[in-house]
Amino acid sequence: MAPDLGPYLAIAVFLVVAGMISLLMVMASFVLAPRAPDPEKNSAYECGFAAFSDARSKFDVRFYLVAILFIIFDLEVAFLFPWAVALGGLGVFGLVSMLVFLGVLTVGFIYEWKSGALEWE
Amino acid sequence: MELFANPAPILTALAFWVLSGVLVGSALAVVLARAPVHSVLFLILCFFNAAGLFLLLGAEFLAMILVVVYVGAVAVLFLFVVMMLDMELVALREGFLRHLPLGALLALVLLAELILTAIGWHAAQDLRFVSATVATAVPFAEVGAEVSNIKMLGAVLYDDYFLLFQASGLVLLVAMIGAIVLTHRTRPGVRRQEIAEQVLRPAEARIHANNPPIGGGVDWDV
Amino acid sequence: MEIFLSVWLVPGLILLGKILAFVVPLILSVAYLTYAERRVIAAMQMRRGPNTVGPFGLLQPFADAFKLLFKEPILPTQANSVIFLLAPMITFTLAFVAWAVIPIDAGLALADINVGILYLFAISSLGVYGIIMAGWASNSQYAFLGALRSAAQMVSYEISMGFVIVTVLLTVGSLNLTAIVEAQKTIWFAIPHLPLFVIFFVSILAETNRAPFDLPEGESELVGGYFVEYGSIPFALFFLGEYANMILMSAMTVLLFLGGWLPPLEILPFTLVPGFIWFFAKIALILFCFLWVRASFPRYRYDQLMRLGWRIFLPFTLIWLTLTAIVLFAFDLLPDPNLPPGL
Repeated sequence: MAPDLGPYLAIAVFLVVAGMISLLMVMASFVLAPRAPDPEKNSAYECGFAAFSDARSKFDVRFYLVAILFIIFDLEVAFLFPWAVALGGLGVFGLVSMLVFLGVLTVGFIYEWKSGALEWE
Repeated sequence: MELFANPAPILTALAFWVLSGVLVGSALAVVLARAPVHSVLFLILCFFNAAGLFLLLGAEFLAMILVVVYVGAVAVLFLFVVMMLDMELVALREGFLRHLPLGALLALVLLAELILTAIGWHAAQDLRFVSATVATAVPFAEVGAEVSNIKMLGAVLYDDYFLLFQASGLVLLVAMIGAIVLTHRTRPGVRRQEIAEQVLRPAEARIHANNPPIGGGVDWDV
Repeated sequence: MEIFLSVWLVPGLILLGKILAFVVPLILSVAYLTYAERRVIAAMQMRRGPNTVGPFGLLQPFADAFKLLFKEPILPTQANSVIFLLAPMITFTLAFVAWAVIPIDAGLALADINVGILYLFAISSLGVYGIIMAGWASNSQYAFLGALRSAAQMVSYEISMGFVIVTVLLTVGSLNLTAIVEAQKTIWFAIPHLPLFVIFFVSILAETNRAPFDLPEGESELVGGYFVEYGSIPFALFFLGEYANMILMSAMTVLLFLGGWLPPLEILPFTLVPGFIWFFAKIALILFCFLWVRASFPRYRYDQLMRLGWRIFLPFTLIWLTLTAIVLFAFDLLPDPNLPPGL
């Protein structure tokens, strides 16, 4: 089965064109605009004082939790796509199968809700 | 579009070599890059090239899901972790030699698996698309020509592979609960907004009308 | 040589021309979206808005563009310069490349792929990268905080967007964007799936970091968020990318819920208007709602934002998805997947 790759070729060319446009624009600004570097101008923005420390610091673990939960639900969505398309031909077992799957994850969701992991304080 | 509707085989071959070349190159860069952030960015480049290879094979759904799940979700978490944690580069380098034997062993196991798969793949050239619901097996090639592979996947994943599908659901459940148990701490003394309570509170409890007499509203003696 | 011309050069140039036929109008619409935003919000707030450059201020976007082009591009000393410049380029490129699959009229798409809606979902899930990379590379507290907030926010609303898309797919039975529009010939999905339409609209507001969910930029607290350190063309690329994303998300809403290029009713005065005009008119309507919301609502608080995404939209869309599946199944309304007889 030879897949029809024509549309993807068009997308690839589109990607190259869009990338080139953005690259040209950045280069144009470096060529055209006047440049007068100055240590104060090029330092990181703060309200008038020098930055205390490197900005890349540790942060609330909650952001990690959000990212992990996102991965899990994203996978759930990924499982739903083929199901949504094929459900018409699957019969009642296909429907029940997905309901069980969603039920299991709903248990997890209820646990999340009750444990307060979804609350941002 | 008609002229490009079916790209010449040479273009497909070229795309394969470019994609796999960049894939291998960036995979090497993942291991060799000095800054962890650069490693993750090269990893993302790897994922994209792998998705491109899937596309060349005609597996559109897998290609897109690879981008959605791995690039759009998993790599975001990786990037979060390496960008925001203070990484002790020197300590990481020290650990490298100590874990080398274990790493080499793992690499060998993976290599053996790959070789076995390759041999098995050759043996299974006349692989048949077997569905438990129908007695006749349909050859892969015949099905693939007519139906998009996402429909084929949907047709077997949810009933023929019921147990595996449910097992993956359980894995996700364990991951979800594990993540919460490991990272979630309830902090005492934090004030939260209870929106349902606010909305449901009757009007009498919200509005309190005072009618102080003249000179009686404020306690002057304090 | 002749073969080279006919097989490679001519089709290549045709393809390039088609791509430019998408890109150039898109850049122009982005330019005029910024103009429309300032004029519309000005009108809502009883002000005049830009009205000096050209007739009715119509040349204002070009004046802005040229001003930015001749400003000094700044590379902060503490920044990682490669990633710092790569981030706006990624944002811009992604916002444009998604347009390759959008059908603006029946059969009028650059690449009408089988998995069109999944492609759009994938591209929109990549949008976080420009922001995280910008926030990290700038090495500034404000940019860092803005990027962090923005990433968590976009990620949270993407899940409910995913569930909404899957529900629409249940009613269509195909991932192809043309098929999704054709399935709305009888009725636009905004009517049977009205709550989902509303949720999707709110989610795209959050996904594009627009008011009232513009916390990542929050001028009053984060002085611009992840692009504090940017100026000149890199800033312009972020700006263009963000507005192109708004147009893209509106197009997605129109394709999923408002019947794409289909006229509101298949009767005479409506059918005279070509399809792509309908498509653009609907996009303009959604974009107007974007501006209207920005002029009317105060900014959300971060805990409220997270609560809305995780505790209201997520369960609601999940329940609606389940109910849709059960109802469609019970009344035998599911689309025929056209599987071959062997399966």
